[in-house]
Order: sequence, then structure tokens, then C-alpha cells
Amino acid sequence: MQENLILTYLLIIPIVGSILVLFFDEEQKSVIRWFGFLISLIAFIISLIAYKQFNPQDPQFQLIHKVLWIKSLNISYHVGVDGISLILILLTTFITPLTLLSTWKAIDKNVKMFTFSMLLLEAGMLGVFMSLDIFLFYIFWEAMLIPMYFIIGIWGGERRIYASIKFFLYTMFGSLLMLVAIIWLAVYASNQTGMFTTNLIDLYKVGPTIARSIQNWMFLAFFLSFAIKVPIFPLHTWLPDAHVEAPTAGSVILAGVLLKMGTYGLVRFCLPLFPQAAVHYASFISILAVIGIIYGALVSMVQPDMKKLVAYSSVSHLGFVVLGIFAMTVESMQGAVIQMINHGLSTGALFLLVGVIYERTHHREIEYYGGIAKIVPVYSTLLMIVSLSSIGLPGLNGFVGEFLILLGSFKSQVLNSWWYTIFAASGVIFAAVYLLWMYQRVVFGEVKNTNLFQELTDMNKRELLVLLPIILFIVWIGIYPSTFLKLTEVSVQTILQNISIHTFDFLK
Amino acid sequence: MPANTSEYIMIMPFIFLGAAILFSIVIEISTKKSEEILPWLSIISFFIVALYSLLNINNQAVLFNGMMEVGGKSAIFNFIFNLGAMLITISSIEYIKKYGTYYGEYYILIQSSVLGMMIMAGSNDLIMIFLGLELMSICFYILAGINRKKLTANEASMKYFLLGAFATGFIVYGIALIYGAAGSTNISFLITNFSNLLTNIIFVTGFILFLIGFSFKIAAVPFHMWVPDVYQGSATTVTGLMSTTGKTAAFSVLIIALTAVFTLKAPNNFRNYFAVISTLSMLLGSIVAISQNNLKRMLAYSSIAHAGYMSIGLAAGNIDSIAGIIFYLAAYTFINIGAFSVISIVEGENDSRIDIDSFSGLNSKSPVLAALMSLFMFALAGIPPLAGFFGKYYVFVGAIESGLTWLAIIGVLSSVISVYFYLRVVVYMYFKEPIQNFQIEISPFALTSVIISSALVLIFGIMPDLLMNIITSVIKL
Repeated sequence: MQENLILTYLLIIPIVGSILVLFFDEEQKSVIRWFGFLISLIAFIISLIAYKQFNPQDPQFQLIHKVLWIKSLNISYHVGVDGISLILILLTTFITPLTLLSTWKAIDKNVKMFTFSMLLLEAGMLGVFMSLDIFLFYIFWEAMLIPMYFIIGIWGGERRIYASIKFFLYTMFGSLLMLVAIIWLAVYASNQTGMFTTNLIDLYKVGPTIARSIQNWMFLAFFLSFAIKVPIFPLHTWLPDAHVEAPTAGSVILAGVLLKMGTYGLVRFCLPLFPQAAVHYASFISILAVIGIIYGALVSMVQPDMKKLVAYSSVSHLGFVVLGIFAMTVESMQGAVIQMINHGLSTGALFLLVGVIYERTHHREIEYYGGIAKIVPVYSTLLMIVSLSSIGLPGLNGFVGEFLILLGSFKSQVLNSWWYTIFAASGVIFAAVYLLWMYQRVVFGEVKNTNLFQELTDMNKRELLVLLPIILFIVWIGIYPSTFLKLTEVSVQTILQNISIHTFDFLK
Repeated sequence: MPANTSEYIMIMPFIFLGAAILFSIVIEISTKKSEEILPWLSIISFFIVALYSLLNINNQAVLFNGMMEVGGKSAIFNFIFNLGAMLITISSIEYIKKYGTYYGEYYILIQSSVLGMMIMAGSNDLIMIFLGLELMSICFYILAGINRKKLTANEASMKYFLLGAFATGFIVYGIALIYGAAGSTNISFLITNFSNLLTNIIFVTGFILFLIGFSFKIAAVPFHMWVPDVYQGSATTVTGLMSTTGKTAAFSVLIIALTAVFTLKAPNNFRNYFAVISTLSMLLGSIVAISQNNLKRMLAYSSIAHAGYMSIGLAAGNIDSIAGIIFYLAAYTFINIGAFSVISIVEGENDSRIDIDSFSGLNSKSPVLAALMSLFMFALAGIPPLAGFFGKYYVFVGAIESGLTWLAIIGVLSSVISVYFYLRVVVYMYFKEPIQNFQIEISPFALTSVIISSALVLIFGIMPDLLMNIITSVIKL
């Protein structure tokens, strides 16, 4: 097989960068900041090269690099991408430099360790998206917890310790059960084929042959782990705490990329490995997803804290993604992938914008503000665009994803009911309510709080540099989504074909 | 049959360490400078024996009319014992002076206990097991109370001695019954005739007493009562030695004694025994550790929980799980020695600064120490890619292969619980401001030992094959 090292370079760059950071002097803060930014920029460039080399028409995994790592367990360092993983890798490498850039003022304590954690986190996330060995995936999945734990715990808000431990324990709980399932799968494979393996491509053939009763349990073990990460209602309670207490950069990465690891896991592992069980549980999970959409939106509406509002809106948006995945049609799943990207961009940008004014005033309560359009016009405009994108206004990115998901779930054979779509659609309306209402209370009206005149200043160049690229993509996806849809189309079709082969008689 | 010379050559490491002990005694008697010489003498002899064992893993042989076995897994165990003891001795150099309890016998006792462990791991006869066990345990009883002026140390020593002697009583009684039923104490003989002997109620009773006795030694629930007090009261370095190599030695005997059970494909009632004690140990250890503020006590409960994870491997009893236990023991030894060495550096006089409060804000006082301690905590919690994770992973693989998925699930659940208290240490070190105001004097020796341990934890985590290939190449069932 042709070996391609590009993904390995992509993975190694942030790791090497994070180790090099340790050798800098803590006092040279700006040097460290520049260095971190440059490393993540190099990673972005490498991911663009990988994008160039990727052939979207090929249904196989590409850019594969495989080296035997642990012989006693037949575990390989095995990385490769299809369209879905590649687009998420691009999202990761795109968001990380912007996030690092956004923290230049906000993070002033322990800059060295912060940059170290962020780069390590980037490597972990990239590893999750490119692993083609479940075991390797698990290692990255777990290892990535440590830097995120430190980011929330060291640079977070008042209740950061509570939030960081809660985040860690929730994720650990799910993923350790997944670990048992992974081992079980590998042992099952060794009984079936005579080879103990965690190679995903081999397991794709083995997984669907598991007896239904056991497959259901296996599916649930994997699902629980991913559902906690997404998070799917009612496992979402760690999310508001983590988001609110995390520093802005942490929230952006959390919303932008980390949550996608859950939905990515559903697409990459749950569905293809256990197709019968996935179809079996599809309607149950879709109901949870729809509840999440409506619940997240309703809870967002009443939040007095802007960051918490955005955090709960994540629950709602990710509900759409999960609905799209489990409707199991090409449209809905394409929509789900695009919606993952959209959510990463829009919610990431919302967190950045909340962070911008928080840095100036140290207040996040909606009540504290009012009428800031007069004081910070540029900021208000950007907030408008991003909010509208998050609401799903046609012409911006949110619309594309939500529309495809609703369309796909409407004609889904697996779900076989209109009600999911009808209820999910109401979530779009609620999104308009909570975001526009917040916008109105923060931006319009009279300036009641006179402190704001002194405290608030408009966006500076660095902040614009962070947000404008995101807005560029928000508009790009909204106007011409084909660029992105093409990348994932064949991969989505392949996954769905595999499912339909194994569940053909089941669906009738 | 008289033993020939080649047999004496095969047991060189035993003779060498025995000679080192005698030599140390002479030095201790004859010179006042023993304080400077003895640690280095011990370190060098441990290092030589560790290296020798590592290089001679493939020279397997049964010696002295089937009394001893050298090479193979006993060589791996010898490697773990000696490397562990070496690291502990390095940490002890400054600590034992700071602790104000330098007595010449300290290093000699450590050497003797290691010799005891080596005999245990290398024995092929119940009498040899007993000899080794007594040599090790008696040294530990004294080491636990090495600070004779301290009340808690005396309490630890006394408690350890009484309960340990009680457990040894079980073992001896078990051995007597086994001998009565089988007419031999030779393990190879017992293994060959195991299925016949199982019909004999006296033999079964003896075997169960033997297992219970060793359940004391590995610190498994419900035979764990001595652990927290002894670990807390003893000098920190001694605790480091007891909790790691001592546990490894006890497990090595269990693996030898249970070989018959593992190979016997017939229904195996001892599996249930280990499944039960491992479940109890994991859950009780993890849950009680949550509420501990004293780090040594916390690590004592964590040690109980780890005995539980390792016992999963005994319950599973297949080749992968046994290899997993040995890997786990090695990983656990280095992680725990690292953690106890860090505690011994931070510790002040009279048991001060071993509370979790003393670790708050450690990152601002000594970033290196805080980083290494977090590494050990994450490794104990089983976060990949560190050695502790692979220990658990191998054991869980063995359990699932034997159809004990439920036990693996309990194992992971108690891992989740245990994450909480390991992370708590990290929380104090990184997320809190210093509460107590004191300067940490980092002794270069102890730091070296911590760094070596952490390097091993990382290496075995990133390349577990280095150790695992050696283990699997010599294990046969």
C-alpha cells in the first residue's frame, strides 16, 4: 500500500511544538504566543496540503499511514481519512490558530503552560479524527482530556474546579465502558477470524455479524460514550458548567471541535460497526435528539448569562446533528456533517464575541448591557451576522445544515414519521427567539449602564483578524455549500450503503 | 543427589545479594562511615542483580531437586524487585537523614527483604515459598517501625507484625494440610496431580487457607485491615517498598501456586474466590480513598483497589491475563515508587506535610515536582498512554477472553470512581493557591529516582511491547 506521511506530519507538528514551548522562558510571553500561533498555522497549512492530495471521489480511506505499534495486542499506528474526517480535521486546524490568537490578552498567567496545553489538545483532537484503529482512537480520545482539564481548571472562572472535574468524570465514565466494548469487539474478532485486532477496516466486516442481542449492548456502550460527549439530552449537564467556567479559548475549542468528536464517533463507529442495532435504536435516539433541540432552545431562552445561553444553544444545535445522523439518509447525514462545521464556526464565533466584551467589562450578564450598538458598532454588526448564522438564516451557513437535516429526516425510511421533522423545525424558531431576544437586549435600546461608555471599546485589529476568517466561511458555506458537500458526499454514501446492506431485510 | 557447581552458578544473583548483605553487616560493624557506604553498596548490588536477571531471562532451569526455578518469569520478577528497591534506596539517602532515623540496619533490611522476595518468586516448593515469605515479612515488620521514637511507626510495626503473623499462620497451616493430603510440598508434583487432589477435602482446605494467607499479603479486601495504618505510619520510603515490591512478591507466589488452576480446563471454583475479592477490593479501595486527606492513606486505599484490578487477572486465569498481571505489577511498582518518592521529598518532620493541603499550589513552588506527580496520578488513574493504562488494559483483555466481561465492567466503573481522588491531587497542585508556606528542599537523589520512575512509566506507556514481549516470551501455562 502507498504510504502517505502527510497526516503523521500534521499530528507531529503540534506535539513537537508543545514540547518546544517548554524550553522557552516564562517571561517571554509574546514570544511564546507567537510561537504557538505559528505552530498551529503550520498545522493548518499542512492540513490544506492534505486536502489537496485528497480525492473526494474515492470511497476508501486515503492518505493512510500504518505502522505496527504494539505487537502483543496487534495494535497499529494507523491513520487515514475519508471526507468526513478530513473536513473535521480542517475545522480543527482552522479554529486552533484563531483561538490561540484570541487569547493574547485574556490569558496572562502561565502562558507557557497554556500554549503547551492548547497544542497538545490540538494533537489529541487531530488524532481522534484520523485514527483508523479503535485503540489508537481511544488513546487520543482519553489523552485529550488532560489538556482540556487543565485549561478549564487553571484559567477558568470561579467554579472551575467543580466544572473541570465534572467534565473529566463524565467523559471518563462513558469512555471506559466503551473501552470494555472495544476489547470485547477485538476478542470477538479473534474468535471469528483468528486474529485479535482493533483495526477499524477489519472490524467493519466483523461488527455487523455480531448477534443482535449482544450487538445492542455493544452499540449502547459506544453510544453512551459519544452521547456524553455530544452531549445528547439528558447527558448534557456537564456542558453548561464546563462552558461557563472555561476561559474563552476553552469554550471555543470545546464547542468548536470537542463536541464534534462525539458526533464524529457516532458516524465513524456506532453506525458502521453495529448497523442493525443502530437502526433498532434510531427512533429512540432521534426522540432524544428532538427533545434536546427543543429543551436546549427553551433553556437558552431564559438564561441571564450570555455564555450559558450560548452553551445551551449547543445542546439544541447538536440535537440537529444527531437527528441528521440517525435519520440515515444521504441528505440528512450530509446536513449533519455540514451542521457540525456550522456549529463549530457559529458557536465558536459567538463564544469569541462574548469573550471580547467580557475581557473589557468582566460581565457576562445580559442585564449589564443594553444599547451597545452606539458604543461598539463594528462589534454589534459582527454579533448580528454570527447570531443570524446560528439561527439559520438563508444565505448563511446554519440554514444549509438545518435544511438538509430536516429534508432528510422528513423522508427517512428508518424514522418513518413526520413528527421528528415537525418538532425539530420548531427548534429553528426557538433559536430565533433566544438569540434575537438576547441581541435586542444587549445591543439595542438606550444605554442604561453608564459604565459601559468607559469600559467598552470596539474590536481591535487582532480581534477582527480572529473573527473575519470565520465570517468568511460562514458566508461561503451559506452561499456555495457545494465546496464542502462534495468533499463528504461519497464518504456519506459509502457509510449508508454499508448500513443498508446489513439492514436490508430489517427495514422491510 | 548433591547439587553440582552449575546449579550454584545459576543462582548467582541470590548468592551475590546474600554476600552483599553479609558484607554490609561487616561494614556496619566495623566502620563509622557506614552511612555513606551502605546506600551505594545496596544501589550497586541491586543494579547488578537487576541487570543480571534481565540478561538471563532465557536461561530457565529447575534446580536443587526441584526446590527452585530460575530464569523465565522469576527473572522478570527479580528485575522488578531489584529495580524497585534500587529506586527506593536512592530516594532514601536524603530522606532517612531528614527523617532523623538513620540506623545501619535500614539498608541491610531492605537488601534482606529483596532477597526474600527473590526466593519467593523463584521457589518451586511450598517450603521455599514460606522461607522467602518470612524473610521478606520480618524485614518489613522491622522496617515499618524503623523510627522507634515515633508512636505511629510503632503502631504500624506492631499492627503489621500481628496481622502479618496471623496471615502467615494461615499459610503454614495450609501448607501443612496440603502436605498431609498430597505427601509432598513440591509444586510441580502438586500441579501434575492437581485434579486428583481436588477430590480430597483436606487438600482443598489447605489450598484455600494458603490463598487466604496470600490475600492478606496482596492487601485484598476483606483482608486489608492492616493496610491503611501500616502505610500511613511507616516511613514513606518503606511504604513505597512494601506497597510495590512486597505486593509483587505476593502476586508472584499466587501465580506460581495457581498455575495448576490456570492450566486445568475443568470448572474452577477458585475463580469465583478471586472474582469476589477483586470486586470487593476495587470498590472498597476506590470509594474509601475518596475521603482521605492524608496522601499516604489515600495511596494505601488505592493500593487495595489496584490489588483488586490485578486479581481480575487471577480470576480470568489465562495466559494473557497472567502476562497482564506481571506487566501491571511492573507498571504499578514504578508509578507508586515515583509517587511515594515525591511525597518523601515534600514531607517535613514529624509526619507534617503529607496531607493533601500541603500539596496545594505545588506547581508554583516546584513545577517539575508537580508535573511528575501529576504524571504518576494520571498513570494510577489509568489514562493512556501511560504504563498504568496498559496494565489495566492487558488484564481486562484477559478477563473478557475468559468471559468475565462483568468483572471488567466493574473494573472500569471503579476506575471512574478512582479518577476523582487521583485528580484531586492534581487539583490541589495546579488549581489552588499554596495554603501552607514552606520551602521544598529537593534532594537531587530523590529527584533522580522520581525521574527514572517517570521515564519508565512513559516508556512502558508508549512502548508497552518492550516489556510485554519479554513477558509473553517466557510465560507458559
